[in-house]
Amino acid sequence: MIVVAFVSFSLFNFVGDPVNSMTGIDASYERQAEVREILGLNDPVYIQFSRFLGNVIQGDFGISYQLKREVSDLIAERMPATLELVFVSAILAIVSGVILGVYTGIHRDSFISNIILVVSLVGVSLPTFIIGILLIYLFSVILGVLPSFGRGEVVELGFWATGFLTASGLKALILPSVTLSLFQMTYIIRLVRAEMMEILQTDYIKFARARGIKENTIYYKHALKNGLIPVITITGINIGTLIAFSIITETVFQWPGMGLLFINAVYFVDIPIMSAYMIMVAFIFVMINFIVDITYYFIDPRIRLKEEAS
Amino acid sequence: MIYKTFNKIYDTDIGYSFFNSKIAVISSTILFIILLCSVFAGVVSPYNPFDPATVSLMDAFTPPSWSEGGSSSFILGTDQQGRDMFSTIIYGSRISLIVGFASILFAMVLGVFLGVTAGYIGGKYEIVVMRITDVQLTIPSILMALLVNGIAKSFISQSMHNDMAIYVLIFAIGISEWPQFARVSRASTLVEKNKEYVSASRIIGLSNILIMFKHILPNILRPLLVIATIGLALAIITESTLSFLGVGVPPTTPSLGTLIRFGNSFLFSGEWWITFFPAIFLIILALSINLLGDWMRDALNPKLKIR
Repeated sequence: MIVVAFVSFSLFNFVGDPVNSMTGIDASYERQAEVREILGLNDPVYIQFSRFLGNVIQGDFGISYQLKREVSDLIAERMPATLELVFVSAILAIVSGVILGVYTGIHRDSFISNIILVVSLVGVSLPTFIIGILLIYLFSVILGVLPSFGRGEVVELGFWATGFLTASGLKALILPSVTLSLFQMTYIIRLVRAEMMEILQTDYIKFARARGIKENTIYYKHALKNGLIPVITITGINIGTLIAFSIITETVFQWPGMGLLFINAVYFVDIPIMSAYMIMVAFIFVMINFIVDITYYFIDPRIRLKEEAS
Repeated sequence: MIYKTFNKIYDTDIGYSFFNSKIAVISSTILFIILLCSVFAGVVSPYNPFDPATVSLMDAFTPPSWSEGGSSSFILGTDQQGRDMFSTIIYGSRISLIVGFASILFAMVLGVFLGVTAGYIGGKYEIVVMRITDVQLTIPSILMALLVNGIAKSFISQSMHNDMAIYVLIFAIGISEWPQFARVSRASTLVEKNKEYVSASRIIGLSNILIMFKHILPNILRPLLVIATIGLALAIITESTLSFLGVGVPPTTPSLGTLIRFGNSFLFSGEWWITFFPAIFLIILALSINLLGDWMRDALNPKLKIR
């Protein structure tokens, strides 16, 4: 975290001179020096850094160069949209990925599983934005059933503007979240399939069969539980990837989230927004890792036992 | 003569596995055709899309030749400036391939250098290098490339930017992909380091640099080749994604991603072919590289050979 904070701080400081862009070229030297004094740019680097850290902890990322607004306001405005999108597509990817993965793992050579596998192979080589464009073309242009941009109507719940509560908001959510989840889904399918195939060979499954337990109970209660552990690890890491890829999805669908904000900041070299986005993403990454570690504890009894023994 | 060399290749393990895998043969044939087309773009493509003399605005938005209103002189139709889609795609894939190859080469040189030296020298240096790779591996490559691109933009003045854009892009994609190479080359170096030939060359007094790059490096090339192939597909996809987002190559020399971005805005008015054909082309390109990489991983993996 601190490393990321330092990197974004140095970005802030050494990339271009903010004074120049704020005062304009023809400001006098005295005027420039004055602005510099007000901004505290004459202090030594470490004092500036500690002040930057202090501001960040209080949620103050400075002012956007381009939009002339508080960066923290902008982020707070955009964050719900991105989080909703990422949340829905993560759920979608996990649920459908696990179901399809289990199916292909059990019925190894059936026709349907072969189709699923071929589609997943194509899905890996399909860039996210192309999926988005193809979906827009199919559902908005040809069929005209789903909106192709924006989030539809949103309901304000305090500081959180949600699209879950209106029909148009939910409709607008379908295409972007499917687009975003497809890549992760193919990944999870392959992983679950490999795990299931391995676990179904183990002794305890054979024993369960010998005991005459129903096949479905074996698959979903006994086998799947053990197969899920690596899935959780990978999914945890990949939620970070989802956030990164939401930049693309948001651009394709003009979804008003953080990713769109960031990509505009890159266009206009808006350093405060870029560094704030970086810090936010790093923070989310750290949180996800933490949550993943905790879920292990609940899912894998071996870890719990180890803890109690020590 | 040709028959003899063919037999010789066929007799090797890898050659045998190659010619017995339909997927490998088909995908490498497609790849070979695409490579040839883009290298000889000037000869293959019927028009030069960047020569204003051959482009006429009157031809703009011609649909593909088989649909209604299409003209047989433009096989895949034309875009908003009357450029032949088929030619622009070939020129575009040239840019995509150049950026892809160059950035993988850059990532490979950087990653292998750091990985081999880290594995060979060890100590604090190794810890530092591997920590950096670990940190970077947690950052998604597309985000990394975007960041590097954004930072580089602020260093380079606007006027120079169009000339520099392609180098910035290569650098950005290369930077986002090197950790893979560093990790694999370090792991293999650690294995090779303790083998007898390394001790032998150390005893006869060869310098460390010579041992690392002349003796160890050739022995760890196989796994690196596999990553490079899969990385190439990834680099091409990353490049087109960045270009699609509008931070990639300048519009004067469009890559596949830029073409898709242009076409995207005409999707709603019915000119689907402008975005559709570059997209299909990109998918075929990435898919065939991926399939080739998949085959390579199985063929070069000594564990799978004994079956």
